[in-house]
Amino acid sequence: MDLALVFMVLMGVSVLAYVVLDGYDLGVGMLMPAAGADEQSVMVSSIGPFWDANETWLVLGIGILLVAFPRAHGVVLGALYLPVVAMLIGLMFRGVAFEFRMKALGWHRELWNGLFWAGSFLASFSQGLMLGRYITGFAPGFGYYAFAVVVGAAVCGGYVLLGATWLVLKTEGALQRKALAWSRWGLAWVALGVGLVSLATPLVSETVRAKWFDFPRTLALMALPAACVAAGWAVWRSTGRIARGGGGGDWQPFAGAVAIFAIAFLGLAYSLYPYVVIDRLTIWEAAAHPSSLRVVLAGAIVVLPFIAAYTVISYRVFRGKARGGLYD
Amino acid sequence: MDDPLLLARAQFGLNIAFHILFPSLTIALAWILLGFRIAAHRTGDAGWLKTYKLWTKIFALTFAMGVVTGIVMSFQFGTNWPGFMNRVGAIAGPLLGYEVLTAFFLEATFLGVMLFGMNRVPAWAHIGATALVAVGTTLSAFWILALNSWMQTPAGHVLDGGQWIAGDWLAVIFNPSFPWRFGHMMIASGLTASFVVAGLSAWRLLRAPADDLARRTLRTGVLVAAALAPVQAVVGDFHGLNTLEHQPAKIAAVEAIWHTEKGVPLVLFAIPDAQARRNDYAIELPYVASLILRHDPGAEIRGLDAFGDDHPPVAPVFFAFRAMVGLGVAMIAISWLAAWITRRGGPAPRWLLWTLAAFTFSGWAATLSGWIVTEVGRQPWLVTGVLRTAEAVGDITGAELGASLTGYALTYGAMFAAYMVVLTHLAGGGAEAAAARNLPGASPAGAAAG
Ligand code: HDD
Ligand code: HEM
Ligand code: HEM
Repeated sequence: MDLALVFMVLMGVSVLAYVVLDGYDLGVGMLMPAAGADEQSVMVSSIGPFWDANETWLVLGIGILLVAFPRAHGVVLGALYLPVVAMLIGLMFRGVAFEFRMKALGWHRELWNGLFWAGSFLASFSQGLMLGRYITGFAPGFGYYAFAVVVGAAVCGGYVLLGATWLVLKTEGALQRKALAWSRWGLAWVALGVGLVSLATPLVSETVRAKWFDFPRTLALMALPAACVAAGWAVWRSTGRIARGGGGGDWQPFAGAVAIFAIAFLGLAYSLYPYVVIDRLTIWEAAAHPSSLRVVLAGAIVVLPFIAAYTVISYRVFRGKARGGLYD
Repeated sequence: MDDPLLLARAQFGLNIAFHILFPSLTIALAWILLGFRIAAHRTGDAGWLKTYKLWTKIFALTFAMGVVTGIVMSFQFGTNWPGFMNRVGAIAGPLLGYEVLTAFFLEATFLGVMLFGMNRVPAWAHIGATALVAVGTTLSAFWILALNSWMQTPAGHVLDGGQWIAGDWLAVIFNPSFPWRFGHMMIASGLTASFVVAGLSAWRLLRAPADDLARRTLRTGVLVAAALAPVQAVVGDFHGLNTLEHQPAKIAAVEAIWHTEKGVPLVLFAIPDAQARRNDYAIELPYVASLILRHDPGAEIRGLDAFGDDHPPVAPVFFAFRAMVGLGVAMIAISWLAAWITRRGGPAPRWLLWTLAAFTFSGWAATLSGWIVTEVGRQPWLVTGVLRTAEAVGDITGAELGASLTGYALTYGAMFAAYMVVLTHLAGGGAEAAAARNLPGASPAGAAAG
């Protein structure tokens, strides 16, 4: 069995799980300033029971990078040192602001709301920066940094889309109507971001260019952008339908947003494979000692079904629309 | 100060020292909460439910601090110690991986149900969720301490082409110092939590002497502490004997024994002088060190001179050890005294309340001191006899490390200040105020508990 490949897939799954799951709660955090005080409480309640477990996928993803591809871990985290620190500081403020704002009143609560927003934004933007730097193989030069900033903004837009569609699913009434409008804004932003990144990536990376414009495979590849557009269209339509009062199907915009992320992620994976550090390290060159890969795999096979099961349980316990007070 | 090794060490030390404050409280507090929750269910007494809700809020806050600082920790191994992962990653990696898989998801997922699910699931499921959170925190400590103990007293590893891999996983996990370290740390957490519970309840009683619930939790904290404190001293003694066997240089530093001698005195206090390699202003008990460590007053003990340059710096280890043991002895005295005075459930005298309040965070101080003994005492090794700290440092520049160190220090300062303010407010205000603070929309919490 090709252990390196197995772990690449495992890592991909946990990173995608992280991006989608923490993506929606970071998105809700970034949308806080756009809502009124009572609505903010509902928004926070909608993510309260989940954010901690969502973030654990990041720990798993980074853990797999560390365990399975130790050499890549050093290169990647070394090159991304400062954005990683910025992300961690953002995540710290956000995680505790969430707890503190519930226990504070008056201007204290306002302060923590502000930190909640700022932390969510800082974490999202740094993740985008990291992605931008990562796709271009950490190349130096102004153009590459500008590219990373664009990707940073695009990731923020994507998370706002996830957050807004999550709120469509978890809220009702006036807040849900607002969330529908935010979803469409997020969608526009994502369209712009995905478009720009797709144009720029083959320009900045020769490896990616070669993979994309390799006929006749290019034709099969076109299925990805087509599916992406279809998912975007589905989000647009379902938000319109719900706004017009077409009952039910509140989950559809969120499902569409998740689909957009999954498709974009597949495209990225296709572009980069078999590199963990583009043009420098393939997964086989970076892979850890097989003895350690085998024990972790054995554990993962036993434990992951349990994790999946109790994650489902927790989402079932908290199904339905969120309400204001959390601790009741 | 732009030496990357020094900065990397300073940064790692700051981060883990900040992180451990919160686990050392949450691990045992989770079990205490389980006790409150079961008591509430069994007796149907609204008071226990109120108590549970108040302390759940404190727990949630502490847990959040533990989670966010822990996420920083998980990035630190790769960024600061790539040499560590290159050489012993095949052992460290799986242990960390198992911690994520078996512990972190468990505690993080059921925390949601525990905090917010009381009215959504049946009582047995809520008690179950509370229990699983406690199991998760303990499992997490199990794995990380297995790794740390392996770094102290490695076993079960074999060399395979320049890389250490596990020959026998059971020997790696249950390495010689693991049982003592795990036991000592679990009890340390129990003491930390019980002194926080007793101390914050005392703080509340100083302001509202009639608060019945605070009197009850004060008693809980005092009793748990009284049960654990003497056990900790015994476990610590065995832990030290184990260290003498496997890391004799550490014990020589702990006892500030510079020269190999027979009939070694126990140094109660001194100023160790690393230049002259002797102790100034020493207060000693003759023969006692030989007696404690070898159970024979005339026995020979190897001093620091037996290890060449391969021994840790003496002063930090020496003083930290005395701080820990001193606090441990004080904890025994205070908890037993308080248990005796409050044995009939009557009001505690104010001087006792003040003493307990002053000792609220004594567990943190002792825990940090203990870790300093353990970690600084391992130097110059990162993995005893296998890998030196200096071989493990990465190529992050001093400037990057300096910038991130500053960022972390400022963030931690702000978070810690906010944490302390909220903690004292929650505790000082008691259960009612805590419920009222949960507005808007959350009044059912207070009403349901009422
Ligand atoms: C003796 C206990 C202990 C020790 C020595 C450490 N931790 Fe820890 N850690 C815990 C006990 C714990 C815990 C009890 O499981 C925490 C603390 C509070 C909490 O919420 O979970 C936690 C949280 C926690 C988290 C967040 C988990 C989540 O998302 O729920 C991470 C990623 C780490 N830790 C990582 C580390 C690393 C890499 C350490 C070593 C260098 C480390 N911890 C030392
Ligand atoms: C939980 C409480 C802990 C505390 C308070 C603590 C504290 C410290 C301190 C103060 C140092 C610096 C020692 C020196 O440089 O002289 C250090 C080093 C280190 N510790 Fe820990 N530690 C803890 C747990 C752990 C655990 C659980 C691990 C690993 C599993 C670990 C791994 C390391 C490593 C890799 C170093 C780097 C070597 C160095 O800086 O010298 N520590 N720790
Ligand atoms: C009262 C007598 C005590 C004795 C004799 C004692 C003994 C020891 C020894 C010998 C070590 C170092 C082991 C090594 O590094 O190899 C240690 C470490 C430690 N101690 Fe204590 N201790 C005592 C009390 C306490 C108390 C009251 C606490 C906290 C509440 C505490 C917390 C710790 C911690 C967290 C460590 C580091 C982890 C470990 O190595 O287990 N100790 N103790």
